[in-house]
Amino acid sequence: MKVGVVVFPGSNCDRDALHAARLAGAEAELLWHDDPDLRGADAVILPGGFAHGDYLRSGAIARFSPIMGAVREHAARGGLVLGICNGFQVLTEAGLLPGALLRNASLRFEHGWVDVLAERTDTPFTAHVPAGGVLRMPIAHGEGCYFLPDDELDALESRGQVLFRYAASSNRNGSLRDVAGVISERGNVAGLMPHPERAAERLLGSDDGMLLMRSLVESVARTGVAA
Amino acid sequence: MSAWRFAVSVMPRPGILDPQGRAVESALPQLDAASVHGVRVGRRIELTVEAGSEGEARAVVERLATDLLANPLVEDWQVALL
Repeated sequence: MKVGVVVFPGSNCDRDALHAARLAGAEAELLWHDDPDLRGADAVILPGGFAHGDYLRSGAIARFSPIMGAVREHAARGGLVLGICNGFQVLTEAGLLPGALLRNASLRFEHGWVDVLAERTDTPFTAHVPAGGVLRMPIAHGEGCYFLPDDELDALESRGQVLFRYAASSNRNGSLRDVAGVISERGNVAGLMPHPERAAERLLGSDDGMLLMRSLVESVARTGVAA
Repeated sequence: MSAWRFAVSVMPRPGILDPQGRAVESALPQLDAASVHGVRVGRRIELTVEAGSEGEARAVVERLATDLLANPLVEDWQVALL
């Protein structure tokens, strides 16, 4: 089981994601954005950071990196893709996940610990999360305000595609309906603004993020979805 | 082949929260401009296209506007020939 962590120019959580994937028991490798090859990765993580300086819009330029063609094909085959923070922004820009992440309504770069509820525990990303459990993970972003037109948000909710919501008082970016993360209709592409890889060990303040990392790694090991 | 230079204006769509516009507006009372409101902040991108005709050049810019320069879910764009 191998996890590929994509490095864009400006990614800064790539090594944390690599470390967390290894802690979860996976082989893990960094993948350079300019190389259109997943090098046999069974699952792909698009990490946090500021890809291409976040110029134009967060994720707008990264979407056209050569590796994104391979990521798109991997997703089309049913392969797992997880976007964290900036990686979530890249996935929405690429059209692999619905919605857009706008500048925080607070006018501030928001950072700190938040509580997040997993709406579903029947996905490859959340299988290890106890039902009704609250995950404590950090956020660190200037553009995390989840937006989707009202009617589309209704449809998204009714299809069970809201994967994570901020718990009371944890929605610090103004996301509509407290959406912190979403999942594709097919259930193999997910993105969230909080950082599971920064909550990978107790020493860091929480190891709740490992519930997600272990879910991802073990789902692939179990189902053997190949790249 | 000739070259045409365009400006693409990208603005947040009506109804989309515009924290940048709000931040600018919050400074206006200090400038004795409290009567000014409705501030929206967008961006302007200028570019030159080589093509056989203005129409052809404009079509290229419109494709770029939709695919890259603006996010149609939250932004509107306009193209003007300079």
